[in-house]
Amino acid sequence: MQVGKLSKYLAGGAIWGFIVLELIFFSVAGEFFSVSDKAFMDADNMLLLLKQSAPIGIIAMGMTIVMVNGNIDLSVGAIYAICAIILLDSMTWTMFAGLGNWVIPVAWCLALLTGLVLGAINGLIVWKTGVDAFIVTLGSMLGYRGLVFMYNGEQPTSHLNWTLVDFAEAQFLGLHTATWFLLVVTVAIWFLMNRTVHGRNAYAIGNNREAAVNAGIRVGPHMMINFMIIGFLAALSAVVFYSESGSVNPNDGQLYELWVITAVVLGGTKLTGGAGSIVSTFGGVIAIQLLRKGLAHIGADTSTVNLVIGLILIAVLFLDRQLNVKGKEELKV
Amino acid sequence: MTEIIDQTTPTPVLRLEDIVKTFPGVRALDGVSLTILPGEVHALMGENGAGKSTLMKVLGGIHQPDEGQIIVAEQPVVMSGPLDAKAKGIVFIHQELSLADELSVAENIYLGELPHKRFGLVDWAELEAKTNAILEKLKVGFNAKTRVGDLSIANQQMVEIARALTVDAKAVIFDEPTASLTDAEKVVLFEVISDLQEQGVGIAYISHRMEEIFKITDRISVLRDGQYQGTVNTADTNEENVTQMMIGRKLDLSRNEAHHELGEVALEVRGLSCGSLFEDVNFEVRRGEVVGFYGLVGAGRTEIAETLFGLRNPTSGSIFLDGAEVAITSPHDAIERGISLVPEDRKGQGLVLGMNCRDNMTLPQVDDLKAGPFVADGAEIAIFDQYRDKLDIRTPGWKQLVGNLSGGNQQKIVIGKWLSMRPNVLIVDEPTRGIDVGSKAEIHNLLRDLAAQGYAVIVISSEMPEVLHVADRIVAMYSGRIMRTFTSEEVTEENLIAAISGLNTEKVA
Repeated sequence: MQVGKLSKYLAGGAIWGFIVLELIFFSVAGEFFSVSDKAFMDADNMLLLLKQSAPIGIIAMGMTIVMVNGNIDLSVGAIYAICAIILLDSMTWTMFAGLGNWVIPVAWCLALLTGLVLGAINGLIVWKTGVDAFIVTLGSMLGYRGLVFMYNGEQPTSHLNWTLVDFAEAQFLGLHTATWFLLVVTVAIWFLMNRTVHGRNAYAIGNNREAAVNAGIRVGPHMMINFMIIGFLAALSAVVFYSESGSVNPNDGQLYELWVITAVVLGGTKLTGGAGSIVSTFGGVIAIQLLRKGLAHIGADTSTVNLVIGLILIAVLFLDRQLNVKGKEELKV
Repeated sequence: MTEIIDQTTPTPVLRLEDIVKTFPGVRALDGVSLTILPGEVHALMGENGAGKSTLMKVLGGIHQPDEGQIIVAEQPVVMSGPLDAKAKGIVFIHQELSLADELSVAENIYLGELPHKRFGLVDWAELEAKTNAILEKLKVGFNAKTRVGDLSIANQQMVEIARALTVDAKAVIFDEPTASLTDAEKVVLFEVISDLQEQGVGIAYISHRMEEIFKITDRISVLRDGQYQGTVNTADTNEENVTQMMIGRKLDLSRNEAHHELGEVALEVRGLSCGSLFEDVNFEVRRGEVVGFYGLVGAGRTEIAETLFGLRNPTSGSIFLDGAEVAITSPHDAIERGISLVPEDRKGQGLVLGMNCRDNMTLPQVDDLKAGPFVADGAEIAIFDQYRDKLDIRTPGWKQLVGNLSGGNQQKIVIGKWLSMRPNVLIVDEPTRGIDVGSKAEIHNLLRDLAAQGYAVIVISSEMPEVLHVADRIVAMYSGRIMRTFTSEEVTEENLIAAISGLNTEKVA
């Protein structure tokens, strides 16, 4: 089965080839169009790229589990915003006034706990009602965003803690704090998916739910745990980002769910569940960030970036379909 | 009816007592009892819809019984789910493959209970060792790490069977285990079963295949329409008696003797192939003729029908309608040219269950029934009324949702839908699957009548009595090829079975 193996290899490794193509393209194009005189593949630029990948990337790891499970979570952007507000606002609460800098871990824990709880709510509804995760999280996306606006109206919530900013801007072994978080989360989730019973069950459930039920896997609680993981990671992403920026707008995190899903799908995870890999999701995250950064580098504006990414997403899925059809024997739809 | 168990019999490993399970509108199980003794192979038989799978679901804890008891080793138990059943020593080998394609053989065998170390880490070494030990026993040609999606269907079935060997089972329930196995693999399976038997495990064996039942089982219990029909010793009975218990009457193997004049050749197929699904298929159907396609599941019958209906593209070969060669590339083409397909999966492919009877019936032609931009209600109702009377569809009215009708009436709606398109060729795939015995006969007569009216009818069926009863000629298929075409005079049960099992390849016509 040479052809099968080749297509499988292409389907699995395509994202890295795509990244190499992007690097070459933007390096060459940058020579002609770039307004800056720095090379695209400048080391600082690449480190910055990793750092900027972190907010989307951390959430994408959670989205991979949820999508391998055969679900989806549209509420991550809203969870991200709520947790950012909790993080910044809680540092100003009077009950924590005496804590000094100890307020930082407290605020972090509060924000992460909020993410965990919001994720658990999603999971619980999916589990207990049996309503499709798409619908449930579409609802919670709207609902959670509503909570954001109820909290502070249209006003941004701001609080700068310089100790926190220093921590967030630190570089350890050359990598920014945010990058470290992304890497640690990636490794941890990779470990979860490939080495633990929970991770393997996630594949089984997405692959053949009935088989999983027949084998006695408790599908509902399993899915709820995954929604808690992605809620936690959305919170973590907010914690990492807003520790540095110190100000959150009520619209922050909007469309994050779509960027995250795009990255995960580019990485080869099936929308129907059952297949997907953390390493490829990491590739998908990098590929998107490269594209955004690269297009900006050669002077394209944001709307062009969105158009190009949209086209590429469809092209990738079309390619994937072509590589995965079973030839002429397939039943037409 | 109660079973006769003599005093010397050992303690049953599993007993079901007067199980009743009702679903809205259906009494799926009506006082079913079953006793599985240690070391016996106990066949559970019944037609489709007799309640076998519901019984298994009750036993597996997927459904809870409304009445009655499940007794394992003389202890009444409540099964909370499949894992609970397994923990109590009841293992299921499912008919529909219950496997996750993307996972390895080992992960599938231990699905739901992967061996693990601390922190939920999978113990890969143990997993592989345990799996390989089981695979060795089954003498299969793949190993623990093979991806299940890369295995043949038969090997996937072996993976399913391997699951039974992972626990200290008291009773193993095999649900049509040989449906996709080759003869060599069947031998291995039967060895596995006899090994389990020697270890004192009780085996429940669900199958339609009489020759297997009489070869390996000790006792036979029969269900009909959710009711327990009794248990007999295999040695004291024969196929005819068992069949009679299953269908409640003597098997009517008589053929329809009322021959009528056959018309012109309506459909001719020459050298039709589609990849590995079927190869070099040749046949013709005349007006007024019913041609039966008989074979095992996966023999390529449905795929031929789908190709004729434009759902698949043939790789080679030609199709002639009324003598003229045609290319059919889509169902739209097929319908235009007068080919209709009543599909195998009535609920999934044939009907929109949430729509009413009338709308289902006129679905393919609603475009032609327009009055201006709007759908013409009156014309639709007229069509519905016409075919309701013609096919004797029993429904309170056209507003009734199709999902609320009985299987037989649903099938009539599908047939009516296609008849109203005035086809030349009517292909009916498994016309009576899941339909009760009474309605079956009605559908059979209907198909005969339609032929008599000049339609060319193709009936695909996995039930031998059905093809024998309905068809003028029978095309026997095996593994994507037509092995032989029988006229109703030539056909006997033996030569038909031989043909569909690929046994008499030398007789290829």
